[in-house]
Formats: sequence, C-alpha cells, structure tokens
Amino acid sequence: MSDFEPKIIAFCCNWCSYAGADGAGVARLQMPTNFRIIRTMCSARVDPEHVLRALAKGADGVIILGCHPADCHYIGGNYRARRRIALLRMVLEQYGFDPKRLRLEWVSASEGEKFQNTMTSFVNTIKELGPTPLRGVN
Amino acid sequence: MTKSALVIGGGIAGIQASLDLADRDIHVYLVERDATIGGKMCRLDKTFPTNDCSACILSPKMADCNGHPNIDVLSYSEVVKVEGEAGNFKVTVKKKPRYVKMDECTGCGECIAKCPTKNIPDEYEFGLTTRKAIYIPHAQAVPRVAVIDPAYCRKILNDKCGVCEKVCGKKAIDYNDKEELITLDIGSIIAAAGFQTWDAKLSTEYGYGRFANVVTAMEFERMMCASGPDHGHIKCPSNGEAPKKIAFIQCCGSRSEKKGSQKYCSSVCCMYATKQAIITKEHAEVDEDIFFMDIRSYGKEFEAYIHRAEDEYKIKMHRSSRVACVEENADKKLLVSYADAKGDPQTGVYDLVVLSIGLNPPTGAEELSKILNINLNKYGFCDTKVSDPLATSREGIFVTGAFAAPKDIPTSVAEASGAAGKAGAYIVDKNFVPCEPKVYPKEKETDGKEPRVGVWVCSCGINIGGTVNVDEVTEYAKTLPGVVYAAKSMYACAQDCLEAISAAIKEHDLNRVVVASCTPRTHEPLFRNACREGGLNQYLFNMANIRDQCSWIHMHEPEKATSKSKDLLRMAIAKAKLLEPLEGTKIPVTGAVAVVGGGITGMSAALDVAAQGFPVHLVERNAELGGSYLKYAGKNYSVDGVNLGSFVSDLVKKVENNKLITVHKKATVKDIPGFVGNFKLQLNSGEYPVGAVILAVGASEYKPTEFNYGKDEKVVTLTEAELAVGSNSFKGKDIAFIQCVGSRNDKVKYCSRTCCAKALTNAIAIKKADPSANISVFHKDIRTYGFREELYKEASSLGIRFLRCKDGNDLPSYDGSKVKAFDTILGKDVEVTVDKVVLSCGIAPDREEKEELAKMLKVPISKDGFYFEAHQKLRPVDFATEGVFVAGLAHWPKFMDECIAQAAGAAARALTIISKDNLLSEGIVASVNENYCDGCGICEGCCEYNAIEIVDNGAGGLKSNVNPGLCKGCGCCVAACPSGAMEQKGFKNVQIQAEIDACLGAAKEVIS
Repeated sequence: MSDFEPKIIAFCCNWCSYAGADGAGVARLQMPTNFRIIRTMCSARVDPEHVLRALAKGADGVIILGCHPADCHYIGGNYRARRRIALLRMVLEQYGFDPKRLRLEWVSASEGEKFQNTMTSFVNTIKELGPTPLRGVN
Repeated sequence: MTKSALVIGGGIAGIQASLDLADRDIHVYLVERDATIGGKMCRLDKTFPTNDCSACILSPKMADCNGHPNIDVLSYSEVVKVEGEAGNFKVTVKKKPRYVKMDECTGCGECIAKCPTKNIPDEYEFGLTTRKAIYIPHAQAVPRVAVIDPAYCRKILNDKCGVCEKVCGKKAIDYNDKEELITLDIGSIIAAAGFQTWDAKLSTEYGYGRFANVVTAMEFERMMCASGPDHGHIKCPSNGEAPKKIAFIQCCGSRSEKKGSQKYCSSVCCMYATKQAIITKEHAEVDEDIFFMDIRSYGKEFEAYIHRAEDEYKIKMHRSSRVACVEENADKKLLVSYADAKGDPQTGVYDLVVLSIGLNPPTGAEELSKILNINLNKYGFCDTKVSDPLATSREGIFVTGAFAAPKDIPTSVAEASGAAGKAGAYIVDKNFVPCEPKVYPKEKETDGKEPRVGVWVCSCGINIGGTVNVDEVTEYAKTLPGVVYAAKSMYACAQDCLEAISAAIKEHDLNRVVVASCTPRTHEPLFRNACREGGLNQYLFNMANIRDQCSWIHMHEPEKATSKSKDLLRMAIAKAKLLEPLEGTKIPVTGAVAVVGGGITGMSAALDVAAQGFPVHLVERNAELGGSYLKYAGKNYSVDGVNLGSFVSDLVKKVENNKLITVHKKATVKDIPGFVGNFKLQLNSGEYPVGAVILAVGASEYKPTEFNYGKDEKVVTLTEAELAVGSNSFKGKDIAFIQCVGSRNDKVKYCSRTCCAKALTNAIAIKKADPSANISVFHKDIRTYGFREELYKEASSLGIRFLRCKDGNDLPSYDGSKVKAFDTILGKDVEVTVDKVVLSCGIAPDREEKEELAKMLKVPISKDGFYFEAHQKLRPVDFATEGVFVAGLAHWPKFMDECIAQAAGAAARALTIISKDNLLSEGIVASVNENYCDGCGICEGCCEYNAIEIVDNGAGGLKSNVNPGLCKGCGCCVAACPSGAMEQKGFKNVQIQAEIDACLGAAKEVIS
C-alpha cells in the first residue's frame, strides 16, 4: 500500500490549533501533504455531521484539533468537542469504520512541532489502515 | 481646535500608544527615525516566556498602525523642535529624503533586484548580511516602501547608474528628493524612544569583534530567526557548521563598574538568554551553558520557564559565576574562563559564545531630551518618579517603554497604553472633536445575485512562489465555476494589490473575493478592508492559506504543494460562493467604568478614567481606601524620595474629592452580569450600569508559619520591619533577613519580585541609622533588577553580608538565637547569631476573592493564582473577555510605580471602549431559525457566555434567542442543536459542507 496517498480533513479551531498549524509553517516544519485544513472558530463548532459527511464523501481520515483542556478560547468548547468525538467514535465503529480514522488532538498556538508530529503520525496511521472502506462506493 | 497627539518612536511601545490614542478617536502622528516602524521587537525571533513568534504577533499591530485612519506614520523622520506648552505644542518634524515616492512605491522589489551597488552591511540584520543601495529594511517593513541610501547610491553620489529609475514601473524614484520640515499642532507628546543595545566592542575581554564565533544576543536572535540570514539554521560564523556547544554570558555591559559598562541591571537578559537556549535546543542537538551571577526571573511565569530550561531542556546553569575572559584557540574554538560558584577558576571550550548584552539609553537620547526639554537620569534614561512613572519633567510630555528604564515587552505595552491615557487627557477637553469614523463606499447589493468571484493568488515573494507554481494555481482558479477574475500577485498584502482588489470589485462587478496567500489570523482584516473600500461587504471575503499551511510545510514537494494549493483554493471558493453579507450589531455603550479594588492601583485607574471626563464606580471592600498602602498613612516612610504615607493620603483625598468618582466602601460585588459596553455592577447599595470593568483587587503579603513567627517576638515580617523603620522604632543589632519566605518553593513556585529590593531598602536604612548593626541577608538570588541594582551595590558597600543559600525548598534554620544555612559560595554551613529575624515574605494572590470575580466575569486565573491576561506579551492588561481589564498586584507582584503605570494602561484600554457611543459586534454570531426551533434549551445550556435565552415568542412557543452582543461566535450551540435551527453566520453548515465537498470531490465533480 506504499503508493496509497490518504485524503484527510483536519478541522482546526481558530485560536489554538489553526495558529499552531501556522506556527509549524513559520518554523518551516516539514510534514506530509495529505491533509486539508478547514478552519472553525472553536473545535465545538465541528458538528458530528461534518465528520460523517467527510467520511461519506471519501475522506480516509478526519482529525479535529482544539485548544488544550482548560485553555479553550471559548472557556469549555473543547470539552464539548471531546465528548462529542468520543461518542462519534463509538458510532463509527458500529458502522464498520475503524475508529482510528477519527482523531481528536490538542495543539496550542505555540505548538508548531506538536502539529507536525500529530499530522505526521495521523497520516501514518491512516496509511497503515489503508483506504476508506467506502473507496469505490461513491 | 482639537489637537493631535505625537508619539516619538515606532517600536512596540510607540505602536501601542498610537493605537490606543487612535482608538480613543484622537488623531496621532507617529514619528519614527528609521525607514520602518517595528523597532527592536520586529527583529526578535521568539519572545519569552510563551515562545511566541515575535514578528507574527507584532506584524498585525504594525499593519494596524499603518492602516488606521487616525494615525499618520511619519517614518524616516525626526522631531527637531518643540515649542509651546502642554495642550498647545508646535512641533517641527524633519522628513529625511527617501528618494522614493511613498505614494507610488508598491514595494515590489524590482529596483532592489536590479540595483548593482551591493555588499553594504545590512543594519537590520546587524551586519550579518548585506543589502543594496536601494532597499526595503525587511520583508515585514511598514511602510513597505523602498529607500535609497545616499551614502552608496551611484546616481546620487556621481550621477551614474540610474538603474532603479529605469526599472521602476511606477516611476517612484526621485533622485532630487529633499529634506522637508513640517510643523504640527500637538496637544501632548509621548516619548517612546526605546533603547540601544550595549556595544560589545567596548569590552575586550569577551573577544567580540576579534573572534568570529563570539556574537551578541541581538545577532544571535537574527541567526535563530527563520526570516534571518540563514533561515534559522544556526551556524558558527567561522566555518558555517552547526555549533555543538554554546555558552551564553550574562551581564555583558551591565552590573559592572568597568568603564564603558553600566552599573544597573538590564532587567531582561536572563530571560532572553534562557529563551535563546531553549529555542536553540528545540531545533538542534546542542549543549548549552548559561553563566550568570543571579538569575533574575521575577516576572509572570518566568521562574517556571527557568526551571523548564534547566530540568527539561538540560541547559546548564552556572550560578554566581562571572566570566573573566574569552580566548580563541587554533581551531577557532572559544575558551571561556570563569570562576565557578566557589570562586575557583575554570575553563570551558565552546563553538559559539553569545553575549547577553545590556540595554542602554537610545542613541540620541541627550539630543532628544534637549529638544523636548525633559530631564534624563544619571544613566541617561528619561527621568521619572515612582509616584508618577509615566510623566517626564515637562508637563504634557509622557514617557513609555525602555526609554525610561530597561524593561520587557509586556511592561512596555502596558505603560504605552497608560501613556496614551495620560496624553489623551490633554486633548479631550470639553471642546474635543473626535476623529470622524472612516467612511466607506456604499456596499453593493448582492442578495439573489449569482456569485461572481475574484481570486488573487499571492507569491509572497518566494515564500509561496518558491514552492508552489503560482501561475498554474491562478490559471486553475479561472477554470472554477463562479470565478470571473483571477490574478497573481507578488505580495497580495501590499498596497498596490489591495487597491487592485478594491478596483476590480467595481470593474468586474465582483461580489465575492478570495485571496490565496497566508493566514487569515493576521491578514484577513487587511483584505476585508480592501473589500469595503471596493464597496463590498467585508464578510463576502475568504482566504486560502497556501503559505503557512502549505508552501512552508511542504518546501521540498513542489508538485504536491501546488496540487494542495489548488484544493485549498477550491475549498475557499466553494465556501465563498455561499457567504452572505453580514453586519455587526450596533451595541450601545454605557460611558462609565467600574473599578474593583480601592488600593493604589484602583485609585490611580479611577483618576485616569475621570481625567478624561467619564464617571467611575470605585468598589472597596474595606472601610477605607488605600489598600495595602493604607498602612503607611501617617508614617514617615519614603521610597525613592516619595513619602508613601502622604502619597497615599493625597491620593485618597484626590479620589474622594473627584466628582466623577463614586466611592463604594465596605462594598463587595454581588455580581457583574452583562457584556462589553453593558455591564451591571451589582452591589448591596444598588445596581450601576458600566461599560467596562477594571479588576484591581490586589494581593497580600504571605502570612508566614516558618521561623516560629507569631510566637517568637524576634521574628517579624518585612512589612512589620518596614513600618518600624518608618517610625524610627526598629530594634535590633544582629539582624538576619531571610529572602524567599513563601516564594520560590514547591508550593509557591513563583518569585514575588519585590522582596529583594524592599529588604535591601530597609537593610540599608537600618545600617545607616546604626552603622554598628550586623546585617546578613540569606538569599537564593538577589533580584534587584533595573536601577534597583544600586541598592545591592550600596548594601554591599555598607558592609551588609550576603549569604547565598541553595535553591529549593529549604530555608535557613533558626533555633531562637542563631540562623544557620549552607552558604553555596563558601561551600559550608554558616551560623549567624541574631536578635532580629526579618522574613521577606512573598506576595500571596488571595485566590478565593479573585475566583469569585473570575466566575462572574468569565476571566481566567493562572496556575499561580493571579489573573491571566489575554496575551502575556501584547495584551498585558486586557482579558480575553472584552471590556474587562486587570492591573496591579491582581495581575502579578510588582512595585508601586509598576502598579500605577499598569493602572493607567488599564484605564486607557477601558477608555477606548467606553468613550464610544456604540460598539459594533462581530458578524459571525449564532442565529436561530425560529421555524425549526422547538425551545428544547440544549443551546442555552451549552453557551459559555449566557448569550442564549429560551424565551416565550408571544405565540405560546418557547424559542431560543441569541443576544448578539454576548455571543462570541464559537459555534458550540450550532453543533449541539438537534433540530438544525441554530446556525453560525459565516460558519454555516452549508458553508462548511461546501468546503468538505470541494475538498473531497475532484474539480470535475464539483462543477457538475
């Protein structure tokens, strides 16, 4: 599966993780090209439906990145995101998706390197899992 | 006629002061002698203790300054004459010839590329690299306009060459440009002239200038920086190899009696050296040693930063060691000779030596002081008083930042706001005419119209274009449905492109604009403004981040990066087509401020607000105003020539006699519901509407349990000793001062900042009153930063004994007659017989009281128990919650002058809000579709800001109702809504779905 190039959607909150992704850029930290970032103001804006839609449309993985616990710009949005994603991972499993295809991580505005490591490791995870079970269905 | 304000110096302090004045609707001239604003800060790589990228947090403020309708930036200019008096100055400014027309130059860089005169040392890079005779100081320069160096330009020198004129498409070159004098009507002046770094060539012992691998900290800052000459790859200048071992030498040019050095402590070097060591370690395998006398990590979260450097990053800290000299061997390695903590000579071998150079008064300080007719202190900095730290010796002229004393960025920023408030009071008299808000062209109707998208793809010099095929992406954009115009740009953020965007909106009847460039976090406001200039609603704009999140992180994969850029652009366009015009909601503002806490800080803030004509409610829980300084009332105790007793009594009198200030004594805040511009201060006596809140609730001295305090009458706290000294009743012959009681231990990890200087002030007073007194100071480090270093020197010269104990939890032991501790310098236990023990107790945060207010106002508290500001560097008195500010000890332990300056800062920030009749909220708030809403209330429960209420809609149904003034636009409620009734404007479900679909569908499918 070495030629498999996953398609990954990354939801980043504006204040921490999107800034962290920018920080990775500022520091010129290199990483795989497989992900595309969608910016929301808070990780809590990410509706489980958005994740399902991405997977239904053929994404091989979805990652949601938010502020660290207790650091949410909107006080507690990241806690809500955490609960929602935990539930959603259970649902995904029931539908035959490996829950590893959905990940939630905390990246602060100053953690360019963590962003790099997180994205690199997620791309590797998805490469190991192989293409989405929906590949070819659409 | 309403006068303008003048700010001298365009560093971070001048920029902040200008922005605060301008946001108070006062017109500002910002005069900067260099060709760009930004000062020293824009040359730093990262900033401590957050390791924020310096340029990234500063650039937006620089752009703000340049684009602000109320600010005229006079770069490459100098103030040459000041006549008149406070409220009515006539100021003459000399504009130096740039030889480039400011209005015409687009900063494209074509002239620079073609200029044949090269190899001129680049001042911006401290000579580490070279520039041409025509140049732009650096990539983020503001204004981004070229300047010709007449000392090198062949055309100007001997009428040859002229290449730049030929290649400039805008005909911006003007070799006949002349110096120009302009006269300005000014109400008040802020001197923010900054500092210059100590010239390392003044000392020969460090080998700077002789040995290639000895660099100054400022040079190292550029070497570390991604935008520096080596793109952040640190190399030894001698051979270009990565250093394996680096030494940082502290106190270069500071804390020294040597000729050419300064006696004071430069306040920031310990922290910046530690930052440099940490950042270097993050990027390379390297051994790092820091040589210092005392580590002065007295600021917010500084102590934890130092511990991290030592424990996590394994940076070796050589305590109490002064480097004697640096020599070079045949391999260009550096031999650092130093005395270790015990005084024994040692030598270390290093590849690179970084000199932590101190901060000196700015170049031309003396000349400036003459022009302004203000006093300098004996060190050559602007003279100030602890009771009025922002005032100079001349009325109507204020000082901020490092021009008054060496200081760090947040202190400079807080002071800059404060100086803006003080200066503003001289302009906003009863005849004050605020600057007119900027008038934009009428917005075009877009409702029901097919999207017509205009796209700009930015090269960002080579930042994007060096990796991504910008031509290909631009051509690709033209194939996407809805796109009617696409163009590439060298710098989309440059004035020429912004104007092109505004023009194209009209010319091509665009109703959506998409720019593929850098990050919306810094540049969205700029492009939104261009849209408004073109008559388009600013929310019909979207950005694709193909630099920070593409070209920079995929530098070696140009094809994949190009393909990713296309995807990101396609996604941005897909969303843009579904964007709707939005309006912020106009929220009326109550023109009054609540100040909680009636100490020095609260009273100062109240007076500063009242000085601009706005009412204040000052809430004090005790029966009297004065806070922790009340104890000095009636006592004859002076610090730095200011009698604290009469100072506090006078301040109380001023506050109580001020008709605009309502003092609520013995009052506690029951609640403060509301939001920016519209808070309700609820006290037992009633409810008072206010537009902003300043928290100045202070902190208190740590109550010691150590040393048998309270039972042994020989043992007193520093405050008790201070009051005894103040009333000439201090008793004791053999006195031990114990530092760090209740600070710098496992429970209270931070340094309380003030105890060293306070202890020494009193030790000196005791010793002077009774020269036969034996005084010993047991300490971990002596942290008399800034000019307070004088105390340390004076104490030593008076024969006061200093015993350095181990860092950590253990305090000296005490058996009722003797104090005993391990002296790390002598390397053995030392015993001192005492008849008085003074405990230098730290400052405790009073966490409970802070937490109550924190819950009411939704503001955070740091792990140390103090309030946590919005941004440690650049928003030091703001909270992330708009309309709420912090000052004084509630923020962090600090001295009285620092409290007063910070109070002025908080007052000025509050004034930028409450001086307006209305505020405009962000447009990206939640909204309810009542047709779908069944009033379940899930959204209400998940809103952190109480912005949602379930109300009866009058027709018998319960419906969710969003208060747009309270809504912060997180979108949490939208994802929570089970019936799809809730939407977030600008982040609607259909918009996010369009991005998802556009990302995953190939272009072809999206078209179909």
